[in-house]
Amino acid sequence: MNTSSLTLVGFGPDGWGKLLVIAAGLTLIAALCSFAIGGLLGTAGAALKLSSTPILRWIGTFYTTVLRGIPEILVVYLFYFGGSLALIHLMHLAGFPGFFSLPSFVIGVIAIGLVSGAYQTEAYRSAYLRLDRGQIEAGKACGMSRPVLLWRVIAPQTLRFALPALGNIWQSVLKETALLSIIGLVELLRQSTIASGATRQPLLFYGTAALLYLLMGQLTGFGIRSVEKRLGRCWER
Amino acid sequence: MDWPFLARTAGELLTGVPLTLQLTGIALCAGFVLAASVAALAHNRLAPLRWLARLYVGLFQGTPLLVQIFIIYYGFGQIEYLRSSFLWPFLAQAYWCAILALSLNTSAYGAEIIRGAIAAVPRNEIEAAQAMGMSGFLLRRRIIWPQALRYGLANYGNEAILLLKATSLASVITLMDVTGIAYRLVSKTYRSEEIFTIAGMIYLSLTFVIVGCVHMLERWLLPRNRV
Repeated sequence: MNTSSLTLVGFGPDGWGKLLVIAAGLTLIAALCSFAIGGLLGTAGAALKLSSTPILRWIGTFYTTVLRGIPEILVVYLFYFGGSLALIHLMHLAGFPGFFSLPSFVIGVIAIGLVSGAYQTEAYRSAYLRLDRGQIEAGKACGMSRPVLLWRVIAPQTLRFALPALGNIWQSVLKETALLSIIGLVELLRQSTIASGATRQPLLFYGTAALLYLLMGQLTGFGIRSVEKRLGRCWER
Repeated sequence: MDWPFLARTAGELLTGVPLTLQLTGIALCAGFVLAASVAALAHNRLAPLRWLARLYVGLFQGTPLLVQIFIIYYGFGQIEYLRSSFLWPFLAQAYWCAILALSLNTSAYGAEIIRGAIAAVPRNEIEAAQAMGMSGFLLRRRIIWPQALRYGLANYGNEAILLLKATSLASVITLMDVTGIAYRLVSKTYRSEEIFTIAGMIYLSLTFVIVGCVHMLERWLLPRNRV
């Protein structure tokens, strides 16, 4: 390491620092959006897997088995290539010939979200199964309707029980966003590739990227753990 | 359905299976040896060695595998010392870079699994064995390792599945595994749905094979679990 490599990752006129920080922000946003989509899909998936109708359970199991069994990169590729083909087809049917494509951010976030949804399904499902049955019966006995019961008794406790697993899933979502660099989204890894191509310093820039990922993971992990501790207080007693 | 095309595609994709399995198998074995060493460090009496183990696990678990692959494949070439060393003929090849990255990455997760499995061995059983006069290697071989195996095997099976999926990233540094071949076929024919679906089915069946192997291993190693 000499001073010149420090200026390269710094914030000066020759530095890539600002671009790297912006790219890291985009990584964080992409991870948040994917995680949110995964949350919606995970809730739906858990509802399917816990349903009393066999066909719905089967659909839920199919979703989690397939999406957890194939590499994430294949899902990203499938949406990247297949997504724009489907869109072109759809636009042709609607009477708009020509070439269309979705932004790689949208494609990537949906693909990563779909995978994380499969993992979140398992997190919510096992958290729901840990609920105290007696509380649900007590709620019914008090005359709570299904939505009230869900809102007041089931959802808060399920979320609390799922939190440690959700923390792990968040960390892997954050790391999986690196795959979006392959489909051209200029997030942290892509920006580092561009920088190392321009300066011929791959070790420096990929090392910086690794440190930034580590930092983001540690900071968010710290946040999640403190929330966990806070919400866990009522179980400690 | 264009059956001839599907059959041809499946045939071509299957030629990538040996490489995918090779990457998985070698990284799994090398990763296990590394993981066991790191887990041993994590149990060491010396605090700095314990910190070292924690740092190792944190570094590899906290960064994307793709970044690790890029650091090894593109970054290591920058280090003059490495370029002139005997390791360079290996590190100049994408294949060995992928294996190195995958082994290091899986070893960090494996170390946590092994550490957890050993910590799960009941304290009183170890004390009982010590009271019988067992210590050192005998204690480990007779009491600790067999029990830890029972606790850790299922988790290590999951790690093997994650590793199988992770080998697909080797295609990014030009290796022609199942994913690499799929990508090449798609850029030639633009029939992404069919090709990626078949590739996904291949990975899914390999996953089931691993699950089956772990079940068989469990039955073979843990006779008391047989029903």
